Amino acid sequence: MARIENAKSIGEWLDQRIAIETLKKVMQTEYWIPKNINFLWAMGMVLAATFGILLVSGIFLLMYYQPGVDTAFDSVNYTIMTEVGYGWLWRHVHGVGASLVFLIIYIHLFTGIYYGSYKKGRELIWLSGMLLFVLFSAEAFSGYMLPWGQMSYWAGMVITNLFSGGSLEAYGLVEWIRGDYVPGQAFLTRFFMLHVFLMPLVIIGAIVFHFGTLRIPHVNNQDGEDFDYAEAAELYKAGKVKESKVIPFSPVFLSKDVFVMGVYFILFFFLVFYKFEFAMDPVNFDPANGLSTPAHIYPEWYFLWSYEILRPFSKDVGLIAFAIAQVIFLTLPFLDRSPNVAPASRRGLFNIWFWLLLIDVLVLTFMGKLPPTDPTFAMIGMVSAYAFFALWIILPFITMIEKKIEE
Amino acid sequence: MNKELKIFGVVAFFTLLLYWGVEPFAHSQMHKHVEGHDLKYTGISESTILDHEISDLKTETETVKEKIVTLKDELTQPDANKTALDTAIETANNRLAAIPNDIKKAEELKAVKAKFWGEVLEVAKLNGDATAGEASFAMCGGCHMDGAANMGGVTPPSLEHAGKIYDKNYLIALIKDPAMASNVDHKYPNGTITHPMGSVSSMVSAPQDIANVVAYLQEKKAGHVTPREAYKEACGRCHANRYGKLTQLGELPKTKSNIKTGKDIDRMKYDQKVAEEEAAIAAYMGKLPPDLSIMIRARGEHFMHTFIENPQSQLKGTAMPRTGLNHEGMEKVIEFLEETGDPSKPAREMAGPWVILFFVIFTILAYLWKSSLWRDLH
Amino acid sequence: MSSRRDFMGMALGGFTALGGIGALMAMKKTWDPLPSVKAAGFTTVDLAGAEENVLVVEKWRGKPIFVLKKPKDSKPNDRDILVGEDRFHVSIGLCTHLGCIPAYDGGKEKFMCACHGGEFDTAGINLPGLPPPTPLEIPPFKIDGTKLVLGEAGPEYKKMLDAHIVA
Repeated sequence: MARIENAKSIGEWLDQRIAIETLKKVMQTEYWIPKNINFLWAMGMVLAATFGILLVSGIFLLMYYQPGVDTAFDSVNYTIMTEVGYGWLWRHVHGVGASLVFLIIYIHLFTGIYYGSYKKGRELIWLSGMLLFVLFSAEAFSGYMLPWGQMSYWAGMVITNLFSGGSLEAYGLVEWIRGDYVPGQAFLTRFFMLHVFLMPLVIIGAIVFHFGTLRIPHVNNQDGEDFDYAEAAELYKAGKVKESKVIPFSPVFLSKDVFVMGVYFILFFFLVFYKFEFAMDPVNFDPANGLSTPAHIYPEWYFLWSYEILRPFSKDVGLIAFAIAQVIFLTLPFLDRSPNVAPASRRGLFNIWFWLLLIDVLVLTFMGKLPPTDPTFAMIGMVSAYAFFALWIILPFITMIEKKIEE
Repeated sequence: MNKELKIFGVVAFFTLLLYWGVEPFAHSQMHKHVEGHDLKYTGISESTILDHEISDLKTETETVKEKIVTLKDELTQPDANKTALDTAIETANNRLAAIPNDIKKAEELKAVKAKFWGEVLEVAKLNGDATAGEASFAMCGGCHMDGAANMGGVTPPSLEHAGKIYDKNYLIALIKDPAMASNVDHKYPNGTITHPMGSVSSMVSAPQDIANVVAYLQEKKAGHVTPREAYKEACGRCHANRYGKLTQLGELPKTKSNIKTGKDIDRMKYDQKVAEEEAAIAAYMGKLPPDLSIMIRARGEHFMHTFIENPQSQLKGTAMPRTGLNHEGMEKVIEFLEETGDPSKPAREMAGPWVILFFVIFTILAYLWKSSLWRDLH
Repeated sequence: MSSRRDFMGMALGGFTALGGIGALMAMKKTWDPLPSVKAAGFTTVDLAGAEENVLVVEKWRGKPIFVLKKPKDSKPNDRDILVGEDRFHVSIGLCTHLGCIPAYDGGKEKFMCACHGGEFDTAGINLPGLPPPTPLEIPPFKIDGTKLVLGEAGPEYKKMLDAHIVA
C-alpha cells in the first residue's frame, strides 16, 4: 500500500491512486515523436477520429434499425431517414464515414510504403495495420448488408458464392456461412451481430495493439533517419526545442493532428451534405429482391481493385489470384530485401515500383466497377491484374540490387 | 511548408482521379445518356428512338459480317471445333438475313407513328368548344369516376385535374388511340383497339369532338392541383407509395384494432382488396409496378424525368404507358416523389452551410493554435 | 509566447465545445418520440349506443381507458362527463396504488382491484381505508357531439384541470 498524504489538488489525489502524472508523461507530454514529419503523419489520428464518428453515428442508427428481412429497408429509409430527428444526418455521416475511412486507410497505407515505415523493427506496426485493414473490410462488408437493398442482397450472394471454392464446389460451406440456401433472415441477423458487436470489439483491440507496436520502434520520419531518442528528448526537456529532433505527442504533435482533422472535416461534411452518392449507391435504394438481379452489381469502391483481380482469369485461377491479392501486402516487410529506410524518392527502382503500384491499383479500381463485357476495358483489366502480380514478384529483385544509402 | 503543399497536391490529385474514375466515368460507361424532348408530344420522341434502332441495326449488319469473317478464319485453324463453328456461322448468317426485315419493320412503324402524330397535330389546330365537349365527357365519366371498377387490369384514373397536368396534344392522341399515344402499341399486336380504353374511339372519334372534349378538360378540369393529387391521378392507379401512405386504391384508411382480440379486421379487409387489385394489375402488366416511395433516390431526377416523358426511352419494350404529363404535371409529380423519397433534403441543405462554416472556423483556430506551438521549433 | 498558445488553445477548445453542444442537441432530438408515435396518441370513441352500467375498455397511448355510462340513479359528480342527457365516467384504468387494472362490478357499482383490494366508486374516487391514495386519473379528452376524443384537451377537461379534479 502506497503512503498516502493529504493531496493538495484533484490531480495530486488521482496521481496518488492511479499515477496519472506518470500516465500523462508516458502517453502524452513525454511520448516523443520526430519533428521531421508532414501532414501525412496525422492520418492515424484522422482514422481514429473517423472510427469514433462511425461508432457514435452507428449507436444512434442502432436505436431504430430493425434487422428483419421485411423491416430492415424501411427502418432505414423511412423511419431513420424521414421520421427520426436528425436520423438522416446519422445515416449520411455513417455512410460517408465508412467510405472516407477507406480513403484515409489507403493514404495511410501508401504513406507507410513510401517512407519505408514497415522495415527494421517496424514490421509489427505494418502487420497490425494490415490486420486492421482486413478487419475494417469485414466490418464494411457486414455493414453494407444491413439496409437490405438490392446491392446488399446481391453483393452478399456473390461474395458468399466465392467460398464455394470454384471447382471445389463447396456449396455446403456457402450454405453454412449464409445459414440458409440464399441470403435471408439468418444471414442478415448474423451479419448484424458481426457488424454491431463482434467486429467493433476486435477492431478496438487491434487498434490498441497497433498503438502498442509503435512505441518501441518509434514513429518514422520523412528521411527514415534512425536517431538517438534519449538524447533528443533530453535536449527538448532542457528547453533546446529548436535543436531537438523530437516533439512531445501532446500538445505539439496533437496540434498538427487537430489542424489536419479540421481540413478533413470540411471535406467530410461537404460530402455528407452535398455529394454522397459515391457512398450511398442508388442501386441500394431498391429493396432487396431475390428474383431480380440489378443490371450492374459492383462492390463499394474500396473493394474494386481486388474484385477486378478475380475477373480476367478462369474460375479457379481467379479465386487463387484473389486470395493471394488479399494477403500479399502482408509480405511487404519480407519481400523488400533492401536495408534502406528512406523515402521512395531516394530508393531508385523502388520509387518507380511505388508509383507503378499506385497507378496499377487505381486502374484496377476503375475497371472493377465497369461491366465485364467491353473488350477494351476487359483487356486493360487483365493487363493490370497481371501487372499487379508482376510487381510483387520483382520486388525482391529490385530491392536486392538497391544501393545502400550511407547514413 | 512548400514541400507539404506539394505533397498535399499529389494526394489531392490522386483522390480526385479516384473519384472521377469510380463515379462520373464509370456511370457514363454504364448508363447511356438519354435526352428528353422538353415534354413535346409531337411524335419526336418516337421517331428519335426508331432512328436509333434503325442505325443500330445497320451497325449490327457490319458487326455480324465481320464476325462471319472471323469465324470462317477460325475454321481454317488446325484445332478448330468444326461443329460449333459451323453452328455459329449458320446463326450469324440467319441473323444477317433477318436484319433487313427488321429495318423494314422499324421504318414501317416509324411511318405509322409519324402519320398518327401528324393527325394529332391537325386536331390540335382546331378550336375546341368546351360546352359541346361537356356532353361527350359524360361518356368518359362512366369509367373515370370515383369508386370506379377495375377494367381488365387497371382501374381508370380520376380526370379531376386532367386539363391541368396533361399535355393537350397527348390528350388528343389518347382519345384517338390510347395504346399508340402511350407507346404500348407493341403490346397489342392484334390491334390497339383491344387496349382496355380502346373502345373510346367508338365513343369519340370525329376530330372536332375530340377537340371539344379536350377543350372542356382544359377549361373545367384544370383547377389547382397539389403534388399528392397529381401523383394519385397520373401514377397512383398502378404505383403504390407506402411512405406517402398511398395504395393503388388511394389513401390508406385509419382503422382501429378490436380491443378484445387485438386484430384490426377493417385493415385486413382493406389489405385484401389492395392485394386483389395488385394481382389484377400484375397480371395485366406482366409484373407489379414498383412502389415509388424512394424511387427518386434510386434513379435520380434526370432518369425519372426522361423516363416519365417516355418510358420506352429508358426501358425499351416496357409495359408502362406514357402518362402525357406537361411541365406543370411533371413538376408536381416530381415534387411528390421528392416528398416521399427525400424529405430531409430541405433540412440537409439548410444545415449544410452552417456545419461546414463551423469547421472552417475550427480549422482556422486550429491552425493558429498549431502554429503558436510549432513556431519555436524550427 | 506561452500565453498566446494557451489563449489559442482555449479559443479552440471553447469553439469545439460549442460544436459539441450542437451535436448533443441533435442527439437529444434523435431520442424524441417519433411523429407517428405522437400522431397515434389520439383515440376516438363513439359513445352513442353505450350501455348503462356496462364498462367499456379502450386503448389510448398503450394504456387501458375505462368508459362507463353511469347508472341513472348514481349521484352526480364534478368528475362526470356530460354527453347529452347521459353522464359518463372516463378514466385511465390503472389503480393509483401500484398500477394493476381494476375490474368493474356492475352489481356493487364499484371498481375493485384484485392486487391489494383497492376500490373506486363510479366516479373513480378511491374508497377510504384502502391502499389507493388518489382517485383514478382522468386523461385529456374532448367531447365532439357523441364522440369522445382522447388525447386532446377540450374545454370540459380544462375546467376539471382548473378545479384540480382530474386525478
